[in-house]
Amino acid sequence: MYSTKYVKAKDIDDAATIMASAEDGKFLAGGMTLIPTLKQRLANPDCLVDLSACGLSAINDDGSSIRIGAMTRHVDVAESALVQKAIPAIADLAGHIGDRQVRNHGTIGGSLANNDPAACYPAALLALGGTVHTQNRSITAEDYFDGMFETTLEEGEIIREVSLPKPEKAAYVKFPNPASRYAMVGVFVAKFADGVRVAVTGAGEDGVFRASDLEAALDANFSADAIADGTVSADGLMSDIHASAEYRAHLIGEMTRRAVKACG
Amino acid sequence: MPEGTVNQGIGASVRRKEDKRFLIGKGNYTDDINRAGQLHVYFLRSPVAFADIVSINKQKAEKASGVAAILTGEDVAADGLGGPICGWVPTNKDGSAPSEPPHPILANGRVRYVGDHVAAVFAETLDQAMSAAELIDVTYSEMPAITDLKTAIDSTQIHDGMENNTYFDWELGDEAATNDAFDKAATIVNVDIRNNRVIPNAMEPRAAVADYNTGDGRYTLFTTSQNPQLTRLVIGAFMLNIPESKFRVVAPDVGGGFGSKIYVYPEEAVCVWASKKLGRAVKWTADRTQAFLGDAHGRDHISEVKLALDKNNRITGLRVDTLANLGAYLSAFAMVTPTYLHGTLLSGVYDIPAIYTNVKGICTNTVNVDAYRGAGRPEATYLLERTMDVAAKQVGMDPAEFRRLNFIPKDAFPYQTAVALQYDVGDYEPLLDRAMAMIDYANFESRRAKSAKNGKCRGIGISTYIEACGIAPSAVVGALGGRVGLYESAVVRVDPTGTISVLTGTHSHGQGHDTTFAQIVCDKLGVGIETVEIVHGDSDRTPFGMGTYGSRSLAVGGTAISKALDKVIAKGKIIAAHMLEAADADIEFKDGKFTVMGTDREKSFGEIALSAYVPHNFPHDRLEPGLEETSFYDPLNFTYPSGTHIAEVEIDPATGVVELVDWVCCDDFGNLINPMVVEGQVHGGIAQGVGQALYEEAAYNDNGQLLSASYMDYCMPRADHFPSLKVENLVTACTHNDLGVKGCGEAGAIASPPAVINAVVDALSPLGVTDITMPATPQKVWQAIQAAQTKAAE
Repeated sequence: MYSTKYVKAKDIDDAATIMASAEDGKFLAGGMTLIPTLKQRLANPDCLVDLSACGLSAINDDGSSIRIGAMTRHVDVAESALVQKAIPAIADLAGHIGDRQVRNHGTIGGSLANNDPAACYPAALLALGGTVHTQNRSITAEDYFDGMFETTLEEGEIIREVSLPKPEKAAYVKFPNPASRYAMVGVFVAKFADGVRVAVTGAGEDGVFRASDLEAALDANFSADAIADGTVSADGLMSDIHASAEYRAHLIGEMTRRAVKACG
Repeated sequence: MPEGTVNQGIGASVRRKEDKRFLIGKGNYTDDINRAGQLHVYFLRSPVAFADIVSINKQKAEKASGVAAILTGEDVAADGLGGPICGWVPTNKDGSAPSEPPHPILANGRVRYVGDHVAAVFAETLDQAMSAAELIDVTYSEMPAITDLKTAIDSTQIHDGMENNTYFDWELGDEAATNDAFDKAATIVNVDIRNNRVIPNAMEPRAAVADYNTGDGRYTLFTTSQNPQLTRLVIGAFMLNIPESKFRVVAPDVGGGFGSKIYVYPEEAVCVWASKKLGRAVKWTADRTQAFLGDAHGRDHISEVKLALDKNNRITGLRVDTLANLGAYLSAFAMVTPTYLHGTLLSGVYDIPAIYTNVKGICTNTVNVDAYRGAGRPEATYLLERTMDVAAKQVGMDPAEFRRLNFIPKDAFPYQTAVALQYDVGDYEPLLDRAMAMIDYANFESRRAKSAKNGKCRGIGISTYIEACGIAPSAVVGALGGRVGLYESAVVRVDPTGTISVLTGTHSHGQGHDTTFAQIVCDKLGVGIETVEIVHGDSDRTPFGMGTYGSRSLAVGGTAISKALDKVIAKGKIIAAHMLEAADADIEFKDGKFTVMGTDREKSFGEIALSAYVPHNFPHDRLEPGLEETSFYDPLNFTYPSGTHIAEVEIDPATGVVELVDWVCCDDFGNLINPMVVEGQVHGGIAQGVGQALYEEAAYNDNGQLLSASYMDYCMPRADHFPSLKVENLVTACTHNDLGVKGCGEAGAIASPPAVINAVVDALSPLGVTDITMPATPQKVWQAIQAAQTKAAE
């Protein structure tokens, strides 16, 4: 890796100040993507601003939602009794990200800020209609994602926490890429009193998206049978050596059926 | 064996002696070695597959912080250095010699694959070398990359003067007799086979540390090699012109090779060259990306297979036409792997009267392809065992019974195949029977029905394989184009106090020689395993030997040890006879004691050893002092392990995911020295073969970029992909070596891919699927199901 300056910020304001003074700085959350990127010399920031001491790790229940601090590690979400009770699908999702080492370092804020098109959390945020809270504002899931590896976070903007509304039922089912184990297709299904939301990760050329046809069918009848032949159009889906757009489209239907079944 | 002692000899599952140092972090790998004042070298590699180098501007880079030197192909040419050589060159079918285009250790004017070495940057630290490499300005004039095996023949010459991008065009067998068999056949079976390209992925990447001593003019190279003596010979005699006596090569602990560490690559030669040129020791360690891009890949064949059957479903003829992708340059054993290690195995375990094969070795803009665990034999076994299943289906026979019908019968040995080899011994039916019993083959259909109730497709697949290991004898190897001998060496050095060092020309990089070889000593000399040290991998310490590959170490190297031990015992008997005042013929050696037969007069092995080195009472008139014996053993033949592997899979048709649900095998490796080590070798081999069958694929795109150049895209087999593997053995002892041993290192990788694919096709056959290419990934399985359903609907 290239040499760089490392600074551990005291709090979120300190982090923003340090970043403002850097020429091409990067916030360091869990580092599960950033550190390998640096090691491969694919990034050359002049400053790394470590957010780990900013007090952003917490899980709370505010009644209608759970609120998870940006620096909360996957392992802490997975093992949280609060999360397991309030939205067990989130605990399950967090417990199956990467491997044990990744879960012991990776964070929900880092995952959402990076918006890897094959990451799991974006599907959860979008399906649950969650909100990203930064030091400046709150951004709804619909307004947050802005294409592959892109979000509407502005320069220097730091995720403080994420709020996730509690659904009646929810489940996340992932078909992992055989090699990387990232989601090749991951489907988060959430049933709320006012409707069903289905979010798909791992498959879209623009990152996470909602499968509206499947949502409509499930709104009418929340059962796997209602979408027995359900799928999405292959247009706009990724194609690579592991999965064509057509195969991904098929898997979206299949994973959605499995997720609906898993909702019980 | 003395009473009351634990059996540590032949046949005992002794725990591996070497594991302690690995488990507690006391191994000593090449990257653990550092020399005072060493430089680090980083290789700037070509980002394009095929291009002429218009210019290399290194001025800016040379001035970068910490940089000591930057060397390019021009420097290599100026110093008149040679490149890696090909170790075995078979003759073309028209009698001409194959093409051996030069392989400069740094590209000279042209790059031929992504990863080709363009410049070597030497700096105080690796980071400085990497940063400087980014400042080198290389202008390439790109040409369209040639990556497709079939169209490569009609494309631009990758090496000027090498027509049709064909290194060689080779044949074996009797074409007229084979044609005749097809003319008279009752049934002809046609199968197209693709053997997918895989990347070796040794856990330890390649590395080298080279040091030149200006005082005594000696070079030392520490490197990740399976055969350090060959590395010394090739770099010294063919590349850098270093007298062997002035060149020490050490392969310390090496973390896996699978073939990829047999060959001499440019990097280690550059390190040795530069260590003198720059007057500093030089260190290089590949990162994983360099390993993906630069280590010789494996397999990559396409074959057309035709099998002729008579009206009784007996095989009468086999024809195989193969294109083998050998990559951009010829690696050391690139030519022998798809020819003499492939064509000669095409008879398998079957009595086939007429066989003909033609193999063309093709050059493409991809990294070199060479031997990979099994080396030619897995490719032969895969095409034959897939064809056996297709043939059985075509004639409506059970695949097990079709195989049984065509087995070489037990009383036919020694059996001369139609493709040069003579199998000394074997008995294939009991292996098949045992494996079928182990998996309860008879009741498979009830398991299939049960899986179907759960929406899963269950299949079973058989592979009855043979392999030829311990390539030999040297005279035959030479007659077939080999440029090496394939004997093995051993020195047994008994110390004055009776401890024993065995110096072997083989090399252990995971095989457990420290233990297995020591067990031979324990067995023969009746000593405890703790008194035996196995020494390998250091050209200053060991006799010249050929290293470890082709499952040869025990059958050839172990036999050499056995023969040296016999010499030690013979000398010990004469010493004992002198000391005990008896006739030589009256001395027997058993359980570590030399005894005058029929008496209680005896000398222990330790007493004899001491007497050999403190020869006060010694038969000086007959013997020289000391107790150290050498053997160079050149076998009479290959050894021929065989066996049956049976895989059972369950497939989720909704996703295409294949789950391996059961695995049994019954192998015949001859006598076993350490059954536990053998079982471990079989497990590892199966895992690698299953990896090839279900997960692994080195995928290049049309531009010659390696798409699967990291673990993000290259899928390795994982522990949770496997059921508990059930491994058993039956024994027919090899007839031509002292230990009756064969070889087990590659068997699993040879046997397993067709078992998996036969099981996958069997599982999907109710859906109308008749074939699937490796690797049977979820996408490919799903697509095969879709295609079959579309076809059925038409």
